[in-house]
Amino acid sequence: MALFDKFAPLLKHYADVNAAGHNPFKVNIEQVLSPTEAMVNGRETLLVGTNNYLGLTFEPECIEAAIDALRREGTGTTGSRVANGSYEQHRRLEEELADFFGRKSAMVFSTGHHANLGLLSTLAGPHDHLVIDADSHASIYDGCKLSSAQVTRFKHNNPADLDKRLGRLASLPGEKIVVLEGIYSMLGDRAPLKEMVAICKRHGAYVVVDEAHSLGVLGRHGRGLCEEAEVEDQVDFIVGTFSKSLGAVGGFIVSNHPEFDVLRVACRTYKFTASLPPSVMASVRAALGVMRKKPELRLRLKANSKLLYDGMVALGFQVGPEVSPVVAVHLPNLEMGVRFWNMLLESGVYVNLAPPQATPNGVTLLRCSVCAAHTKEQLVRILDVFQAIGTELGLLQAPARRVAAQ
Amino acid sequence: MSVTDDEILPAVIAALEEATQHKVPVTPATVLRQDLNLDSLAEMDLIMALEDRFDVSISINHLPEIDTVAELAAMIAKMKKG
Repeated sequence: MALFDKFAPLLKHYADVNAAGHNPFKVNIEQVLSPTEAMVNGRETLLVGTNNYLGLTFEPECIEAAIDALRREGTGTTGSRVANGSYEQHRRLEEELADFFGRKSAMVFSTGHHANLGLLSTLAGPHDHLVIDADSHASIYDGCKLSSAQVTRFKHNNPADLDKRLGRLASLPGEKIVVLEGIYSMLGDRAPLKEMVAICKRHGAYVVVDEAHSLGVLGRHGRGLCEEAEVEDQVDFIVGTFSKSLGAVGGFIVSNHPEFDVLRVACRTYKFTASLPPSVMASVRAALGVMRKKPELRLRLKANSKLLYDGMVALGFQVGPEVSPVVAVHLPNLEMGVRFWNMLLESGVYVNLAPPQATPNGVTLLRCSVCAAHTKEQLVRILDVFQAIGTELGLLQAPARRVAAQ
Repeated sequence: MSVTDDEILPAVIAALEEATQHKVPVTPATVLRQDLNLDSLAEMDLIMALEDRFDVSISINHLPEIDTVAELAAMIAKMKKG
C-alpha cells in the first residue's frame, strides 16, 4: 500500500461533496468587509458561520491596540516563552485574564487547541483517569490521545451516566479528571453543569470546563457557563479561546490551584511553540476590556440568537435543543446538506456545513453562528433565504399551503 | 450483571452482531476495524455499550492495541478480574 492510499476514502468523501458546486471546506473569503459581511465568489455575502459572537473583529479599540503593539514590540516573538522570554503583553494579558475570572493564575497558549492538548496531556499521568463527554471537541479527544491516562467517555450531557462511570472508576487508583464544555459547538446545547459538577465533587474528581463557545456569551459578566450555573468556585480549571468572542486567536487556562505554575515547565504545547505575537495579545486585552465595558453586546447577541432560533422553528426546521448563538439546522442527509449549503452561498449567505462525521449521532447540520453585530434586517434576510431554499427543496411546506393549512 | 470468563466471548460476539445489525458474521478472529467497517466513533460507542454490558471501564486509549474480537474479549476478562 502506497503512503497516501489510506486517504482514498477521505478523498472520495471530499470529491462527493465537491460535486455539488462549491466545496464547503475550501471557501475562499476574497475580502472581509465587517464582522458580518465578506466578498465570496465576487458576491457580497452575509457571514453566519464564523463564531464571531460579539463581533469584535473590527472593533476600533482592538485594532488600534494591535497596531500600537505592532509598532512598539514588532511582528512576532520568534519563539517560545521558555526560550525567548515573556513580553509585557504576555504578563499583562495573563494578569487581566486571572482578574476577569477571579482566579490566582492564568496561562496563555498560542491556540485554544493547544490549551486543551497541553492541559489534558500534562495533567493526567498514566494511572490517572480522564472522563470526557462523548460529544467532546476534537481538541479534548486529541489531548486524551496524547496523554498516557486511562480515558472513559460518558453519554453526552447525561449526569446519571457520568455518575455511573465515575462509580465504576472509584475502586481504581489515580486521580479522576472530568472534562466538560460550556456550550457544545455543533448543536449549541449547554452542559447541565450544576448537577454534573456536584456529581464530580461527590466522587472527588477534578473538573475542567472548556468555555470556548460560552465565554462572552453566558453569565452576568460573560465569564461563561460556570458563572451562569454558579459553580465557579468548584471548577478547578477553565479553558478558553481568544478566537471566538474575543475576535483574535490563542487559548488560555485559568485556575486557583496553588501549584498551577509548574505547567509552564511541564506542558509541551506551551514550551515548544512560538508564543502569541504582541499585536494579537494587545487586541485580546482590548477585547476583554470592551467585553467588560459593554454588557449590551452580550444582550444583543442573546436577542439575535433568539430571533434566529425562533425564526427557524417557526419556519418548520428542526434545530438544536435550546436557544444559543449556535443555531444548528438539521437536514435529512449529507447530499441534501451540500445542495442546501450551495444554494445558500449562491444566495449570499455563508453558514458552516457540518457533515455526519463531525456531528453527534451522525446528523447533517447547517450550523449558523449568530453575531451581536448582525442587524435585525440581516437576520430576517437569513430566515427568508432559508425559507425560500427549504421550500424549493421540498423540506418545508410552501407558504401558500401553510396558510391554507391554518 | 455477573458474567463468567466463558460467557464473555459469546456475549461480545452477540453485542457486535447487534451493533452491526447482523450484516457481517462475527467470529473470534474477526478484525474489528477492518472486517466490521467500524469508524473510530462507532468503535468508541461500541466500547461504551460493552462497558455497560460487563460493568467495567475500558480506556479508549487501549483501543489501538486491540485488533480482533478475541483480543477484545480477553481485555474485558482482564478488566473484570481487576
